Amino acid sequence: MSNFKLINMKLNTIKLLAVFFMSGLAFTSCSSDDDGHNHDHEEELITTVIYQLTNNADAGDVVTLTFTDLDGEGGTDGTYDISGPFTANANYAGTIQLLNATENPADDITLEVEEEADEHEFFYTNTAGLTITKTDVDVNNNPVGIETTLATGAAGTGSITVVLKHEPTKPNDGTAAGAGGSTDVEVTYAISVQ
Amino acid sequence: MRLKALLILIILSQLGFAQDCNYTFLGELKDFHNNTPIVGATVYMQNLDKYTTSDVDGKFKIEKLCLGELTLVISHVGCETKTVTYNIDSDTYKQIAIEHHIEELNEVTIAGNSKLQNTSIQQSISKNELAQYSDKSLGDALNSISGVTSLNTGNTIVKPMIHGLHSSRLLIVNNNVRLFDQEWGDEHAPNIDINSGGRIDVVKGANTLRYGSDAIGGLILIRPENYAAKDSLFGSTSLSFNTNGLGGNVNTELVKTFKSGFYAKTQASYKAFGDFEAANYNLSNTGVKSINTSARFGYKSFEKGFDAYYSFVDNTIGILSASHIGNVNDLVRAINEGTPQVINDFSYDINNPKQEITHHLGKVEAYKRFQGFGKLTLQYDFQINRRKEFDLRRGDREDIPVIDLRLFTTSLQPNLRIDALDKLTINTGFLLRYQQNDAISGTGVSPLIPDFDKSDAGVYATGNYDLNHNTEISAGFRYDFSRIEAEKQYRVTDWDDTYNYDELFPEFNSGVIENSRYLTYPEFTFHNVSASLGLTKQFENDIQLFVNYGLASRMPNPSELFSDGLHHSAARIEIGKLTMQKEVANKFVASIERNNDDFGFSVSPYYKYINNFVQLIPTGTTTTIRGAFPVWEYNQVDARIFGVDIDINKKISNQFSYNGSLSLLRGDNVSEDTPLIHMPATNFSNAITYNNKKLNQLSIGIKQHTVLQQKRYPDYNFFTFDPVLQDDVYVDISSTPAAYTLFSFNSSASFKVFNKSTLNVSFNVENLFNVSYRNYLNRLRYFADDLGRNFNIKLKLNY
Repeated sequence: MSNFKLINMKLNTIKLLAVFFMSGLAFTSCSSDDDGHNHDHEEELITTVIYQLTNNADAGDVVTLTFTDLDGEGGTDGTYDISGPFTANANYAGTIQLLNATENPADDITLEVEEEADEHEFFYTNTAGLTITKTDVDVNNNPVGIETTLATGAAGTGSITVVLKHEPTKPNDGTAAGAGGSTDVEVTYAISVQ
Repeated sequence: MRLKALLILIILSQLGFAQDCNYTFLGELKDFHNNTPIVGATVYMQNLDKYTTSDVDGKFKIEKLCLGELTLVISHVGCETKTVTYNIDSDTYKQIAIEHHIEELNEVTIAGNSKLQNTSIQQSISKNELAQYSDKSLGDALNSISGVTSLNTGNTIVKPMIHGLHSSRLLIVNNNVRLFDQEWGDEHAPNIDINSGGRIDVVKGANTLRYGSDAIGGLILIRPENYAAKDSLFGSTSLSFNTNGLGGNVNTELVKTFKSGFYAKTQASYKAFGDFEAANYNLSNTGVKSINTSARFGYKSFEKGFDAYYSFVDNTIGILSASHIGNVNDLVRAINEGTPQVINDFSYDINNPKQEITHHLGKVEAYKRFQGFGKLTLQYDFQINRRKEFDLRRGDREDIPVIDLRLFTTSLQPNLRIDALDKLTINTGFLLRYQQNDAISGTGVSPLIPDFDKSDAGVYATGNYDLNHNTEISAGFRYDFSRIEAEKQYRVTDWDDTYNYDELFPEFNSGVIENSRYLTYPEFTFHNVSASLGLTKQFENDIQLFVNYGLASRMPNPSELFSDGLHHSAARIEIGKLTMQKEVANKFVASIERNNDDFGFSVSPYYKYINNFVQLIPTGTTTTIRGAFPVWEYNQVDARIFGVDIDINKKISNQFSYNGSLSLLRGDNVSEDTPLIHMPATNFSNAITYNNKKLNQLSIGIKQHTVLQQKRYPDYNFFTFDPVLQDDVYVDISSTPAAYTLFSFNSSASFKVFNKSTLNVSFNVENLFNVSYRNYLNRLRYFADDLGRNFNIKLKLNY
């Protein structure tokens, strides 16, 4: 085979392969569902936990405990906002609300938890001599904890920790540790009773 | 010889005398590679049924030929038999090139124990040995080689490790195509069906430049089989069943070969397992389902050929339910509890968390040999890897993955092998590669790895020189250019404050802010230089010495650059850095080997010094709405890894043989004077095998494998406040599990069935004594024990 022919043949093969290569590139460009700037919003993100308690004896005595972490996991740490002290020796009715405030309007995540109440449970612990009781139940008559009652004792300070477990064992021993599952929310509010 | 040729010629001329034919054919036989004459080749004149031989000049003469066709069959020791046909209508002179290298011959028939390069330090797993692992993963099979371990996530996600190095530091080459399957993640196992390949080579030394510059750990080559050019149809079907996981696999392959050199192969396998079991409990949601298929066809002759290959892998892998945790307190509880928090009854169902991965690989390769020069090979390939990871989610999102990434890779690689020179073989070529990652939208989670485009171009040359008949040296050089362009959103606070990127990389920031995130366009260019030197020397008594030096460079992978977010299965936030530099390794590997069935050994010490070694380590915690989370960050240190791998085989009697191996390794973080994280502990194994070839190839063996406790680990343990317990708790994420010893039993026999078929039957027991143990290199070691006892039966019908 002459050198010329040899080179010619090489060129042809290279051309053929180049065509293959190009078609490969074209193939990706066509099928690409590259989504440009529209990156996913964090749909399940919980940015805000609001525990609102209203004194049964005085509708004007409302304590709101808020935790906000708008940029989600990582980034800057979350912030706490405690509206004021509890009244000593009083009974409060409490409701918890979870929000995704990165959406506009804010997404109420509590509704999702309510819908899947049998796969979720809130747990409340405190160091301020409070008695917190869950008053709502799921389809299997197990506690959920979106609705609570809170009874205060003598004046003092301490904290309330709210834990939301996803897929805990239900029924359980009433403690977050004993329930297993994975933690979706764990926030601790510093409070006072006056 | 000459006399004989002359004699034959005389006889021939006498015989031919009677006919009325007067043409003369003069032939000259030359070596294809370097045009030297081929002396003493047998030339058979098919239509005359006569023989002659070539003389010292490679010439032969046939006289008194008649008008018409002349077919010559030329054969010579160490040569491929060549058949040529000429039309004789006058006196004719022809130069005939024939192939004269035995090693080359192997390429057209069935591969012998050919090495990547003669100087390379490598170990292999043959197709027969691979059959034992037909229902396991690539990583499990490679674990049988000393110095090779694996980083596991559970027991079905097995990432191979060579000398403690894994992921982007290992090149995995399947059918000559470098695998790109998002190998950067710790829980991303290679997507390869172990049944699709012919043989696996592990190259620990430095002769890897043809495949890339970044083989800091080494190279794993999954090689296809070579077929002899003859008319044949053969295949095999294998079935396996395991008591642990109550599953197994079925694999079928069929090969058709033609005398003309054409061949075709198809193969398909299906694997299904339910929940596996530890010694004392069920490992819930650890099942696996895998569908694989591959097809190949091609043409092979000495001078030219092509090969087209396609494979498809579809894996669904369950992740241990108990490993899904929410925050660091859940992790502490899991560690302290000792048993998994979720233990359900056995099930074949694979629920969330799980991974669904598909991988397509296609390749076309063609080659042509040029007389007196060498062999030119061109290869084009593409791969599409789609990875979906599902987690436990709220709402109706359980069918929506939290991670959905598609990686497309395509490359063009010409290689020129110049073998015309007597003692020198040169391989040279270049590579063009394009890669696109698409973080597919619709997951409802911002992606852990962003969209990116990556382009690579590389050029290399390696040479092998026979210094004398028992010494060979090799040298190689490679340069790679890589450019990566990504599009990623960063939290404003992270960009401006936490990582200081506003000062370091202002040019990447588009300034557009959405949901308190900057839209940025990071771009990086890397130049990588790598080189290798090798020497092999053959001594008496089958002893061989190998010495390799390699310089390897690796650019940081997308995970190391861009990771940013919560990694559920690990309950940690993983953070990559845009400031990552390339990793550069100097590695020295030597090996003294004796290849002998009676008594053989290999002792292979190694030393690697790695500048800018990228590691992922815990650096603290961050407070989130889920409570405290450990933060793991990628950082770079200088590292040193050294050790020795020892293998021994000894024949005790005609029927009993012994095999042993020992791997010692030490990894140091030189910058901080601490041990390196996730380094394999000292491990050794001993096996005794009884073989009886006369009794249906009966083989019975028992093997012990011990892994000592890794006493050298960096201590990243810390305390965190648990508000529920109102107490500081100790987060022990660093301590290593205790040493363990596992015994396994294996037996096999072959039976002739039907006409020409053989049936292989094997029965094996793994973890014979149902030991409960945990493995430091299993990422789920915090949550559950490793696998308990397994009885396994395999049937393989070859037909």
